[in-house]
Amino acid sequence: MAGVAGKKSSLTWAVQISVALLVLLWLFPTVGLFVSSFRTADQISASGWWAALFSSEQSEVFRTLDPDEHRVLDGNGFRVDGTIFADTPLNIQAWGVSSRDIAAYQPGETAEMKGGETLTLRRDGSYTWRGSDEQLAGRGQRVFVTAQVPPEFTLDNYATILFSGSGQDNMAKAFFNTLTVTIPATIIPIVIAAFAAYALAWMEFPGRALLIAAIVGLLVVPLQLALIPLLRLHLGIGIGKGYIGAWLAHTAFGMPLAVYLLRNYMAGLPRDIIENAKVDGATDFQIFTRIIIPLSFPALASFAIFQFLWTWNDLLVAKVFLIDATGSTTVMTNQIVELLGTRGGNWEILATAAFVSIAVPLGVFFVMQRYLVRGLLAGSVK
Amino acid sequence: MLSENPALLGLATIILGVGACLGYFFLSNLVLDKVVFPARGKHAGRNINRANMVRPWLFLFPALFALGLYLAYPVFETLRLSLTDRSLGGAFVGFDNYRQMMNEAKFWEALRNNMLWLIVVPAISTSFGLLAAQLTDRLRWGNLAKSLIFMPMAISFVGASVIFKLIYDTRPADQNQIGVLNAIWLKFDGGAGSIFVLQILPTVFFLAVAGLAVFSGWGMFRDGSASLRGRSLWQMSLRVCAAVLGLWLVWASISAAVGIWFVELPYGEPQTWLTIPFWNNFFLMAVLIWIQTGFAMVILSAALRGIPEETVEAAIVDGANPFQIFFKIKVPQIMGTIVVVWTTITLTVLKVFDIVFAMTNGQWETQVLANYMYDKLFRSNDWGVGSASAIVIMLLVTPILVWNVHNARKEMR
Amino acid sequence: MTSLSLKGVSKAYGSMEVLRDIDLDIEQGELVVFVGPSGCGKSTLLRMIAGLEKITGGTLDIDNVVVNDLPPAQRGIAMVFQSYALYPHMTVYDNMAFSLKLAGKSRQEIDTAVRSAADMLQLSQYLDRLPKALSGGQRQRVAIGRAIVRDPKVFLFDEPLSNLDAALRVATRIEIAQLKESMPDSTMIYVTHDQVEAMTLATRIVVLHGGGIEQVGAPLELYERPANTFVAQFIGSPAMNLIEAKVTETGPRTSVIMADGGHATLPIPTRAEDQGNAVKLGVRPEDLSLVEGDDFLVSADVEIIEALGETTVLYFKPKSDAPALIAKLPGIHQIQRGTHLKLIAAPEKLHLFDENGVSFLYRS
Ligand SMILES: Nc1ncnc2c1ncn2[C@@H]1O[C@H](COP(=O)(O)OP(=O)(O)OP(=O)(O)O)[C@@H](O)[C@H]1O
Ligand SMILES: [Mg+2]
Repeated sequence: MAGVAGKKSSLTWAVQISVALLVLLWLFPTVGLFVSSFRTADQISASGWWAALFSSEQSEVFRTLDPDEHRVLDGNGFRVDGTIFADTPLNIQAWGVSSRDIAAYQPGETAEMKGGETLTLRRDGSYTWRGSDEQLAGRGQRVFVTAQVPPEFTLDNYATILFSGSGQDNMAKAFFNTLTVTIPATIIPIVIAAFAAYALAWMEFPGRALLIAAIVGLLVVPLQLALIPLLRLHLGIGIGKGYIGAWLAHTAFGMPLAVYLLRNYMAGLPRDIIENAKVDGATDFQIFTRIIIPLSFPALASFAIFQFLWTWNDLLVAKVFLIDATGSTTVMTNQIVELLGTRGGNWEILATAAFVSIAVPLGVFFVMQRYLVRGLLAGSVK
Repeated sequence: MLSENPALLGLATIILGVGACLGYFFLSNLVLDKVVFPARGKHAGRNINRANMVRPWLFLFPALFALGLYLAYPVFETLRLSLTDRSLGGAFVGFDNYRQMMNEAKFWEALRNNMLWLIVVPAISTSFGLLAAQLTDRLRWGNLAKSLIFMPMAISFVGASVIFKLIYDTRPADQNQIGVLNAIWLKFDGGAGSIFVLQILPTVFFLAVAGLAVFSGWGMFRDGSASLRGRSLWQMSLRVCAAVLGLWLVWASISAAVGIWFVELPYGEPQTWLTIPFWNNFFLMAVLIWIQTGFAMVILSAALRGIPEETVEAAIVDGANPFQIFFKIKVPQIMGTIVVVWTTITLTVLKVFDIVFAMTNGQWETQVLANYMYDKLFRSNDWGVGSASAIVIMLLVTPILVWNVHNARKEMR
Repeated sequence: MTSLSLKGVSKAYGSMEVLRDIDLDIEQGELVVFVGPSGCGKSTLLRMIAGLEKITGGTLDIDNVVVNDLPPAQRGIAMVFQSYALYPHMTVYDNMAFSLKLAGKSRQEIDTAVRSAADMLQLSQYLDRLPKALSGGQRQRVAIGRAIVRDPKVFLFDEPLSNLDAALRVATRIEIAQLKESMPDSTMIYVTHDQVEAMTLATRIVVLHGGGIEQVGAPLELYERPANTFVAQFIGSPAMNLIEAKVTETGPRTSVIMADGGHATLPIPTRAEDQGNAVKLGVRPEDLSLVEGDDFLVSADVEIIEALGETTVLYFKPKSDAPALIAKLPGIHQIQRGTHLKLIAAPEKLHLFDENGVSFLYRS
C-alpha cells in the first residue's frame, strides 16, 4: 500500500502521532515506577515523579546563625555574617524574610525590615544581617529561599532493597527464592513435555487423537480448581509447603501448554527427515535427541520464556504451595504484596522492590521477544 | 546444609530433577530395548514391534502423570469437595455449600464484577490491540512501538498493581499530588474545558458504542434472517446470547451517556480512586487491559500481515477509503483470530486474582471470583464453599473448553 | 547375491486397500523403476520395502530372509527422498556420517567412507557447509552421498529428481546412470513420474496401476509389446491411439476393419473363436504416416495442428464418443484445419487388444 499513488500524507501524520501517543500512554506507568525508584522518600512525597525529570522550583526555610554568639560590632549596631548553605549550595532564584512573601527579593538585594534592620543575601548564599542590639538577639532570622533544583537521583533505594535493608525491605533473599523456584520449574517441564510431544507428533499408537484433544481441554482448566485437592495431597504425602511442591505444581500447570506448543511444532517438521533418520538406523530415542530437539529449538525457547515469565511472576502458586508460616521461602511477588500492605506509603521502597522484581523478566522479554511472539502465535492462532 | 542455602538447593534440584527426567527416559528405553524386548534371537522382529508399541507410553508417562494428577484429578476432586463439608469429616452435604455461597452478598458481588470484567477487559484489550496493530503495521518504527506496547506482558500482575497504585495514589488536598490521575483531576475546575472533557466526550463515546452495537446487531440480523433455515440450534442460541448482550450494551451505554449529566463531579477534591464503588472496578481492569493489549496487538498484527495483499489492493482500486478497507476488508478476514484473542483474554480474566488481591483485596466492592475463592480457602478456612466457587469458575470456562476441543478435533481430521 | 522378492504383498490403510498381491523378484545389480499414475501406490510400495510402512499382507524377502518385521536400519537399504530430507542442523559431512556414527563405526572408517563418497559426487569442497547453503542439485547429491556411504544392499529412490529444474534434472539423471554403472553390483529401486527417467535408467520397469502390477519388463519391451491398453497408453507420449475394430480374419495373421472403412492385417495370431469379435487396434501416433488412396488404416478431419518444427502433431476430430486420434509426423507439414486425411502404419507396429484390454500377444 505504501506505493499507492495519491496517498494522503496527512493521514500518515495522524497515524504517526496516534501511535506515538499510544506508546507514551503505555510506557508512562512503567517509567513512573522506574523514575520513582531513583528518588528519595522526601522527593517522592514532595512532587509527582514527572516533575523529577525537570529542574524544579523548591522553597526552603533557613535560619541565620545565632546572633547572640556570632554578632560582631559594626559601627553603632551589630552585624552577623555567614552562609545559609551548610553543605550543598542551591541555585537561589528569589528569597524573602517573611512567610507572607517568600520571594520578595532577588539575590544580592537587601531586605529592609522594621526599624532599620537589614538583611542582604547574595547568590552564593552568604548573607550580611545588620541591626541594633535588640534586633540581633534571640533566635536567628528566618530566610525563605526559592531555589531552582536540578533533577536529582539516587541509588540508595536499590542499595537498601538489595543489600542493606532489613527484614521486609531486603529483597535479596526473595530474589534468590524466586530464582530457586523459577529455574527448575522452567527446565523440568520442558524435558518432560518434549518427550510427550514427540510421542504425540511422531509415534503411532491407539488413542493418540483423543489424548491431544484432552490436552487441548486441560489447556483452559483454571488453576483455581487444583488448589484445594493438591494442597491436601501435598500435605497428605508429606511434601507440605515448600520448593518441591511449588516445582511440581509449576511443572504440571505448565504441561498442557508445553505439550501443545511443542507437539504442534514438532508435527510440522518434515516427515522425510525423520524417516530418513529411521533408515539411517536411529532409534526413537536417537531421533529425538539428535534430530527433533535441535530442530525444535524455536519452540523450546518459546515455551521456556512463557514458563519463565509465568513462574517468575506467579503469586498464587507460591502463596498456596510454597510459602509456609515462617515465610522463609517467600518470593518477590509475595513480598511486594506484603509491602503494599505494611508500607503502602513508602513509595521509594515499593517502587524499587517492584522494579527489581520486574527487571529480570523485562530483560528476558527484550532479548528473547522474537521467540515469545512466535510462541504466542503458535499457541493461540492454531 | 543444602536446605539452608536456597541457591545451592535450587542448583541441586536442577541437576537432580533434569538428570532424573533424562535418566528416566534413557534408562526406561534401554530396559525396554535390551531386557524386556531384546532385538536379538528368534523373535527379534516381533520384539522390535512390541517395543515400539510400548515406547510411546514410556515417553508420555511423566507428562500424563503430571496432567492427570495435577489437572484432571483436581477437577473431580474439587467437585466432590464442593459437595462435602470439611468440618463434618467430609460428609456428603449435597448442595449446602452452594446454597451458603448463594446467600452471601460477597459472592454475588464477585459474580457481578467478574461479568463486568468479562465484558470490558476483552473488548477494550482486543479493540486497542487491533487499533495498535493496524496503526503500527506500515510504520517504519512500528516494530519498536509494538515492542513497547507489548512490554507489559513481561510484568507480573503484582508489579503492575504497584505501578498502577502509584498512578492512583492520593494525597491530602493541600499537598502536591504524586498520583498522575489525581494530578490531572485537580486540573479540572468545572469550567468549559472540564465539561467538554468529562461530559461531552464521554457522552459521544457512549453514544458511539451504542450506535456500533446497534449497527453490528442489525448487520448480523440481516445476514441471519436471510439464512435462518438450516442453522443449527447451537448457532441459534449463540445468536440469541449475542443479541441479549448487544441489547444490554446499548441500554447500558445510553444510560451512562445520560447519567453523566446528572452526577455532581467533586471538582477540586483529590479522589481515592480505588474506594469509589463500582467505578473502582474499572481502575482495576485498567491494569489488565494495560497488560493484555500488547498480547492482542501481537497476534492481530500477525493476522493482519497474513491478509492477502491482493484483496486490499482490489479494494483500493474499487475506491475504498482507508476506513472502509479496515472495517470491510481486513477485519472480516481476521475475524477468526479476533475470536481466538477474545477467548484467550477471557480465560485470563476468569482467573484474575493477583491484581485484585494486591490492589484492594476485594474491599470496596471489587471482589472477583478467584479472589473470593482464595478468601474462603485461606482466610475463612471454608474449603467447602471455596471448592464450590472454584466449580463456578470452571463452569464459566467450560464453554470455551468445549469450543477449543471441538476445533482441535476438527483440525486433526 | 542380493535379491529382493515380494510375495503377495499387500497394504491396507484401515479398510482401504492401496496395494494388493504384489509379486516381484528383483535380482542383484538391477535398476528397477516403478512408474504409474499419481496415487497408485508407488511410494507406498517403496516405503514398505524400506520398512517405513507396515506390510499388511504377504512377505518381503531380502537375500531369502523375511524382513517384514525388521526396522529400516537393519534391512540393509538406503533411501533417497524427493525432498532430500537433509538434516538442516548438520553439515554436509555430518549428514553423510550420521548413519555410520549411529552404527558405532570408528572415526577413521567414517572419515574414509564420507570422503570417498564426497569425491565420487564432487562434494568435497562443500563438506563443511550446512544444507541451506547448497543448491538444489548439490543437496540432491548429498542425499545420494548419504545413501552411498552406508554401502547398502539396496538403494531406494523416491522421485529424487522431481524437485529439480528441467536442465538440472537431465544432468542429475545422467549422474545417476553413471553412478549405477560405477556400482554394478548394487540393486536400485527408483520411483518416478517421468517416463524419460524410467526409459533411460531402468533395466526393468514395473508399471503399477490400481493397486496392482500391470506389467514388468525392460523399457523397450513395454514400449513395443505392452501387455494391455493401460501400459500401452501409459508408456509413450503422446499416448497410443486405440481404435475400435472388428476381426475379419483369424490365424497367424489377423485382419481387422474399422467403422470408417479402414483396414489392416497384422502379424499377430488370433484363434478361430475371435472371428467377428470387437477388438481394439493400437497404433502409436509416431507410427502413423499420411497416405493417399483406399489403402488406409484410419481417416479423419484435422482439428488442431501443433507444428513443433521437429515434428508436427495432428489432433483429429473425434468420431462420436471415441477418443481423439493423434498423429505425430516427422518434419514440417503444411496442412489446413479441417482437411480430411488418411493415415497408415506398418503392420508390425500395430497392437491388438481384446475387449478387456489385454494384448493378444500375451493371451494365455
Ligand atoms: N497414511 C495413509 N492413510 C491412508 N491412505 C494413504 C496413506 N498414505 C497413502 N495413502 C493412499 O495410498 C495411495 C497410494 O499413495 P502413494 O503415496 O503410494 O502414491 P504414489 O503412487 O506415490 O503417488 P505420487 O505419484 O503422487 O507420489 C493413495 O491413494 C493415498 O491416498
Ligand atoms: Mg509418491
